[in-house]
Amino acid sequence: MAETRTIKVEALARVEGEGSLHVKVRDGKIKELHFGIFEPPRFFEAFLRGRDFREVPDITARICGICPIAYLMGASQAMEDALGIQVTKPIRDLRRLIYCGEWIESHALHVYMLHAPDFLGLADALELAAVDRTLVEKALRLKKIGNEILEVIGGRAIHPVGLKVGGFYKAPKRKELRALEDSLKWGLETSIATAKLVGGFEFPEVEQDYNFMALRHPDEYAIHEGRLVTSRGLDIPVRDFLDHVEEEHVPWSNALHGYAKDGSPHHVGPLARYNLNYDKLSPTAQAAAKDGGLGPVVRNPFKSIVVRSVELVQVYEDALKLVRDYEEPDKACVEVEPKAGEGHGCTEAPRGICYHRYKLDKDGSVLDARIIPPTAQNQKVIELDLVKVVEANLAKDDDTIKWRAEQAIRNYDPCISCATHFLKLEMDRG
Amino acid sequence: MAERKKPKLAVWKFSSCDGCQLSLIDCEDELLAIADEVRISYFLEATRKVEKGPYDISLVEGSITTPHDIKAIREVRKQSKVLVTIGACATAGGIQALRNFKNVKEFIRCVYAHPEYIDTLTTSTAVSDHVHVDFELRGCPISKHQLLELLNATLNGRKPNVSHHSQCIECKRNGVVCRMVAAGTPCLGPVTQAGCGTLCPSKDRGCYGCFGPMETPNTASLAAHLKELGQSGRDVQRLFRSFNANAEAFRKESESHG
Repeated sequence: MAETRTIKVEALARVEGEGSLHVKVRDGKIKELHFGIFEPPRFFEAFLRGRDFREVPDITARICGICPIAYLMGASQAMEDALGIQVTKPIRDLRRLIYCGEWIESHALHVYMLHAPDFLGLADALELAAVDRTLVEKALRLKKIGNEILEVIGGRAIHPVGLKVGGFYKAPKRKELRALEDSLKWGLETSIATAKLVGGFEFPEVEQDYNFMALRHPDEYAIHEGRLVTSRGLDIPVRDFLDHVEEEHVPWSNALHGYAKDGSPHHVGPLARYNLNYDKLSPTAQAAAKDGGLGPVVRNPFKSIVVRSVELVQVYEDALKLVRDYEEPDKACVEVEPKAGEGHGCTEAPRGICYHRYKLDKDGSVLDARIIPPTAQNQKVIELDLVKVVEANLAKDDDTIKWRAEQAIRNYDPCISCATHFLKLEMDRG
Repeated sequence: MAERKKPKLAVWKFSSCDGCQLSLIDCEDELLAIADEVRISYFLEATRKVEKGPYDISLVEGSITTPHDIKAIREVRKQSKVLVTIGACATAGGIQALRNFKNVKEFIRCVYAHPEYIDTLTTSTAVSDHVHVDFELRGCPISKHQLLELLNATLNGRKPNVSHHSQCIECKRNGVVCRMVAAGTPCLGPVTQAGCGTLCPSKDRGCYGCFGPMETPNTASLAAHLKELGQSGRDVQRLFRSFNANAEAFRKESESHG
C-alpha cells in the first residue's frame, strides 16, 4: 500500500520575514518540495518609477530593516554609475566602515541569536541565556558594537540617515570614531573566540557542489565593490549581471527565484564569499577559520555559522584599521547633477550579493528599477539542500524533520522581507 | 518556589521590512532584563517557541495589504489585552502605501511575471483602519528609547510619555541650527512629530518626516514656504509622499500638489 506523508512548517521562525515549506512524500520518496515566501508583495520596483534619483537610497533601505546599508549603498552606487561620477577614497573608506558595522550587527545577531540555538537544541537565545547568561551578554555586546558604528556614521542603526548618492551628508568627527577603538579590539578578540566555539558544534554531513557567486576585489575581502565571479569560472563586471542571471515567478512564492542562465542555480552569501575569496581573508581571519575547523574550501551549508564567525573576525579587524586610519575628509560627498542614463550597483549584503539597476530620465526621475536581493537568488539552492536534508531524515518523526529543515533554511540567514517580492513546513506523506 | 506569573508579550508582523521588531532585539543592554519581566510568547523573528494567547501586550509591525491580513489582525486583536502598533507601516501604511495613489494591477504586472499568483489588496493601510489600537509608536523605524518607555509604562499601568509636538521644538531644545532658515534646505520638521532624536538636522539634512504628522500640523503653510524656496509642486508632493504617505494630513497635502 502506498504510504504518503505531508510535512508542513507554516511560519518559519528566526528568519527575517515570512516563509513556509511544503514537502510531499510518496512511498518513502520526496515527490514535491516547495520552499515558499508568503510575505506579501510591496511593489518597490513599481513605485520607484517617477521618484527622484536622490530619494531612491532611503526608499529602497525600507526593503530590509536588517540590511539597510546594502540597499542604501547599492542604490547610491547604481546612481553614481548612471551619472558617471566616482567617489573619493575617504568616502569609499567610510562606506566600507559603515558596511562593516552592518555585517557585525547582522552576523552577530544570526550566529548567536538565530542560528546557534539550533545546534544546541534550544528554541531561542533566551533559553541559551538561561543556561549561560554571560555568553548571551557577550553576544549582545558583539552585536551592539556594529550598531554603534552605524549610529556614529549614519545617525541610527536601522535606516540610517547619513548616506546619500555621492557619499555622506556629514562626515563623523575623528574623535567620535576613535572612541570606538577599545570596543573594536574587544570585538575582534571575541569574534576569534566565537569562531572556535561554533567550530566545535556538531554538523550534519551534507555537502553540495554549489556554483558560488560573489564579488571579488583585487586588494581586499570584497564587500562593497569588485567584479562578479563564480566557482565555474565566470568573471564579469557588475553591469553584466543580468546577462547571466534570470528571475522566475513560481506559484508557491511571492519572491522571484533567481538563477544563472546556464540553468545552474547559484549560491550567494558567506559560503560563496569564503570559497571564492579565501585568499583575500586576513591572516587573523584565516587563523580563526583554522581554529574553527575550516580548510580553504567549505561545502557544508551547516558550517555557514563558522564562516560567518570568520567574517566577523575579518570585518572587526577591517573596522579597527579604518577607524585608526580615519581622517576627516574635506568634503563628505561629491556633487551630483541629474542626467539621463542607466546604472548598476552590487554589494555584498551580509546574506549575499544584492543587485540594483536603474534607468534615469534627464531630470533625474527613475524610469525603470530592478532589484535582485540575495535571498531571491538563494531560493533554488535552499530547495536543493532541503531535498538532501529531508531525504536523510525521512525515517524520523515530523517534528525532527521540521526542526532540521528549518535549520537548513536558517543556514542561509534568509531575509524574507527582502526576497519578497518566505516559511510554512507543509509535509504531505499522503 | 513557583515562578511569578509574567505578562505575556507577542510580536506580530504584517507587510514591513522587519526593522521595527528588530528594534526590540537591538535593545542589547535591556533585552535580557525585558525577558526577566515578560514572557515572550510569540516572536517569530527571535524564537521558534509559540505559545497560545491571550496575550497581555501585542506589538504589531507592518501594514494591512492582503485579505488574509484583515482576518489575521482581527484575530490578534481578539487575543490581545493591549495592542500597540509599532512603526510607520502599522501606523500609516508605510512606503508600500504608495500603491494607494496608483493602479495596483499595473504594479503587479510591473514586478511579477504571473499576476494570477499574487493575492493582494489595492491599498496598504494602517492597523487602526481595521481594529481598535491602544497606542501607536511612530517612526520608520521606531525609536528604541520610545519602545522601552512604552514597555515600561504598559507594564506599570501608566500612559507612555511620548511627545506629540513637532520636530522643530526638538531642534530648538537641542540647539541644532535650523536647516531651512540657515541653508534653505527643504525640511518636514515643522509638521513632523518629534521622537527620532533630531537625526537628520544633526547630519545637516532636512527632516524627511519618518515619524509622521504631528498633532494639528499646518501642512499648507509649510508647502507654501517650500515653494518660496524654489521647490516645484512635484517636489512638494514627493516630500509628503514617502514613509507616511497615507497618514491623513500628509496624504491630503500631497493631493494638493503635483
